[in-house]
Amino acid sequence: MELYEKTAHDLHALLNKKEISAEELTKSVYERVEQVEDKIQAFVMTIEKDQALKKARAVDELLSRGERLQPLAGIPLALKDNMCTKGVATTCSSKILKNFVPPYDATVTEKMAAANTILVGKVNMDEFAMGSSTESSAFLTTKNPWDLNCVPGGSSGGSAAAVAADEVVFALGSDTGGSIRQPAAFCEVVGLKPTYGLVSRYGLIAYASSLDQIGPITKDVTDCALVLNAIAGHDPKDSTSVKIDIPDYREYLTGEIKGMKIGIPREYFGEGLEAGVKEAVLTAVRELEKLGAEVDEVSMPHTEYALPAYYLIASAEASSNLARYDGVRYGYRAENAADIITMFKKSRSEGFGPEVKRRIMLGTYALSSGYYDAYYLKALKVRTLVKQDFDQVFEKYDLLVAPTSPTVAFKCGEKGDDPLAMYLMDVCTIPVNLAGIPAISLPCGFSHGLPVGLQIMGKAFEEGSILRAAYAYEQSAGITSLKPKLTGEVA
Amino acid sequence: MTDTAFEAVIGLEVHVELKTKTKIFCNCITEFGGEPNTHVCPVCLGLPGVLPVLNKAVVDFAIKAGLALNCQIAEFSKFDRKNYYYPDLPKNFQTSQYDLPICTQGYLDIEVNGVEKRVGITRIHMEEDAGKLIHGGETISTSGYSLVDYNRTGVPLLEIVSEPDLRSPEEARAYLEKLKGILEYTEVSDCKMQEGSLRCDANISVMPKGSKVFGTRTEIKNLNSFRALERALAYEIERQISVIQDQGTVVQETRTWDEGKGLTLPLRSKEEAHDYRYFPEPDLVPLVISREWVEDIKRTLPELPQARKERLIKEHGLPAYDAAIITGSKAMADYFDACVGLYPEAKTISNWLMGDLIRLLNAEDQDIRECKIRPEMLVQMLKLMDKGTISGKIAKVVFEEMFQTGKDPEQIVKEKGLVQISDQGEIAAMVEQVIAANPKSVEDYKAGKEKAIGFLVGQVMKLSKGKANPGMVNELLKEKMKGDR
Repeated sequence: MELYEKTAHDLHALLNKKEISAEELTKSVYERVEQVEDKIQAFVMTIEKDQALKKARAVDELLSRGERLQPLAGIPLALKDNMCTKGVATTCSSKILKNFVPPYDATVTEKMAAANTILVGKVNMDEFAMGSSTESSAFLTTKNPWDLNCVPGGSSGGSAAAVAADEVVFALGSDTGGSIRQPAAFCEVVGLKPTYGLVSRYGLIAYASSLDQIGPITKDVTDCALVLNAIAGHDPKDSTSVKIDIPDYREYLTGEIKGMKIGIPREYFGEGLEAGVKEAVLTAVRELEKLGAEVDEVSMPHTEYALPAYYLIASAEASSNLARYDGVRYGYRAENAADIITMFKKSRSEGFGPEVKRRIMLGTYALSSGYYDAYYLKALKVRTLVKQDFDQVFEKYDLLVAPTSPTVAFKCGEKGDDPLAMYLMDVCTIPVNLAGIPAISLPCGFSHGLPVGLQIMGKAFEEGSILRAAYAYEQSAGITSLKPKLTGEVA
Repeated sequence: MTDTAFEAVIGLEVHVELKTKTKIFCNCITEFGGEPNTHVCPVCLGLPGVLPVLNKAVVDFAIKAGLALNCQIAEFSKFDRKNYYYPDLPKNFQTSQYDLPICTQGYLDIEVNGVEKRVGITRIHMEEDAGKLIHGGETISTSGYSLVDYNRTGVPLLEIVSEPDLRSPEEARAYLEKLKGILEYTEVSDCKMQEGSLRCDANISVMPKGSKVFGTRTEIKNLNSFRALERALAYEIERQISVIQDQGTVVQETRTWDEGKGLTLPLRSKEEAHDYRYFPEPDLVPLVISREWVEDIKRTLPELPQARKERLIKEHGLPAYDAAIITGSKAMADYFDACVGLYPEAKTISNWLMGDLIRLLNAEDQDIRECKIRPEMLVQMLKLMDKGTISGKIAKVVFEEMFQTGKDPEQIVKEKGLVQISDQGEIAAMVEQVIAANPKSVEDYKAGKEKAIGFLVGQVMKLSKGKANPGMVNELLKEKMKGDR
């Protein structure tokens, strides 16, 4: 097994035992990127190899001094290109930010640096995280490693594809309506959306502030816990980050789930769910039952309204968050504008792609006087009802299990002309964001040769329970040893 | 108002910059001036990915102002985004408060021509200031380029909105003066109108006198001095009345005051008004204000103008008129207190402040905090008068010299040779001279016309260049003319 194929916790053990060096590992990863990046196209930009090797050697230096490494020290990672990196371009995969180099680091960037990880590059995404296929990137089309004709999912498609293709050991993504979990499901990796407020959003370029949350995309559940350990916690720079004690999430990885109460929400198994996805998920549910969990069907009646409410709330916030891209201070500025209003209009018309414009228009409309009550305010009320659905089932159940996505990865270009069909891809992931609760997606089999994701949702700030169940399932089902072929043929 | 058949209805929206050390959502300093774009950071520049963190001191100041203006302090308040595009606004939205402001239902008592009136304060809310544009030409649309300075971006503001309770430009001015005084007393703002730390917009309409239905209002912007406020309102009242009298209708619009031309001009119509698309600021958590917090702030409230005025009347026996003027600004009242601490003749001090000092400050457009005459200098001068070293008339010369140069009074008296002449012989010689030169006046006096002595005293003073001791002159004149009477 090549070094680049291994998990962070395995590599950590090898590093500490001095069986490998961080330099070797980094070289291995860079070689892998060189081999496969042409096919995958996950990276918007890669850090100079020499620079990464310098950092790796610094880690080796620590080792040679006999110091014990932090769990992620020396481990190569990628950041989704909406997380600010001081002195390194951060584009949100948008033409409007193509030349934007932040003068500051996001809190997660600082935390990754403090953990002595090795940044390999910034990875592709749907423009401003708006999309479910990574096709709305202004720069490149990332491919699904399991079938290069298929999308990797989105919006953190670059993060998921890079991890699945072993171009990095792990990545960070962001999830506003499913943007970590859905690409994780499509690419057969593990993706966790933490509770809103668990991970600082400072330096995450906002799409929808009340929904955005950064989380790990990893090769297995153990790595997911390790990365969460490194990024969770209150940040005085983010007023919405919560002051709570952060446990060591590894302690939940016991394999023991006897007596856990798991609800299966009926509404997530309705119309539009692919038969193979349904079968894989229900097989996983039986596995959990076998491990001693108590499983019941439950109902969450407001689920069907979550999708329209989400597209109103997220678009409304986006219309305001993205107003700052006007060509005045940074980013793309249109040439030859006669006056300031024309400069605003031309810069934004030329700088944003169609999906971003669609959502800005939708959000502007929803907030306009005369429409606010009917759209934005009503959407907030639906949000409360969706949250109440969760509160009610969580009175009796520890976790909820459902598909992450109603289908497996679809073909590139397949939904390009139909935004509504694209929006429907998020139907299983959106309620979690509206309620602010955590959820994970982990591999649970295949349908038509493409990966299926199992979604486990939990109570606010109980990531531990989710990880416990996910780990038990992963150990018992043993699926993670499969690797994609990086071809256009499906097995 | 020219036409007594009409009555004006005025409400003021006042913005004040708070004197906090740092900005409302970041740690940049709020200090006025500075090289352009030096008091900035990623947060106040609204760079991609940044988040605001509320400065607690801003809330403290808002509560303090609210208490001083008799407001209810909300237990639950929140911030909202006000969306509009302008290059001085780095995020193209202003973080402000919309439907749940921090303070509501306050009031302020004003007095105009001896009549007291209570003016309602609808609300006070917190928000961030915008940056400053410097145009290459006259305006943003006619300039080849415009530059923007974001030093002021994120400086905390309070917007204080009055009820439409004001009925004349004089009332509006009295309200703004009183408001300014209170904000200075509570030390929440410098209230320097020249530097823009206090800015005022007015909503104004006219209606037939006694009507209960308000007319269509206009909003006037750019009222940057008390004088501008009064003149603009007077102009706008006349304009609206003449529109109505010419069978026209007042258009609801925003107008701007042109100080040079002395008139208001249309800025934008109701149709062009922004739809600000307010919605709750998702990057900040709602503000919950405990009653303990409010009580803590209440304990820090200083003596307010009304209480101080009453104290000056009671403790120092000042007339109400004097006390009102002196307590109109905290700095003036502090100045008075400093003088009285050194020299107990309160009325004498008050006379100097209300007369020469205010006259000179107004003439030079100077703030008393910048005045070169320090309280101890004024007191020294008064003591020189008491000792007879200088006369009252000379004192006025000394006072003006102190104001211009900041030199202390003894030095001025010495340098300018202003010491009073109290030498019996010297004065007697001058008296002889005046008597000899004015036989008619002497005769009048002897004939019983007491008034004539005043003229003769004046002549001696003139001869002495104002330096003769007037008491001695009077005495000697009477003595010289007595024998023959």
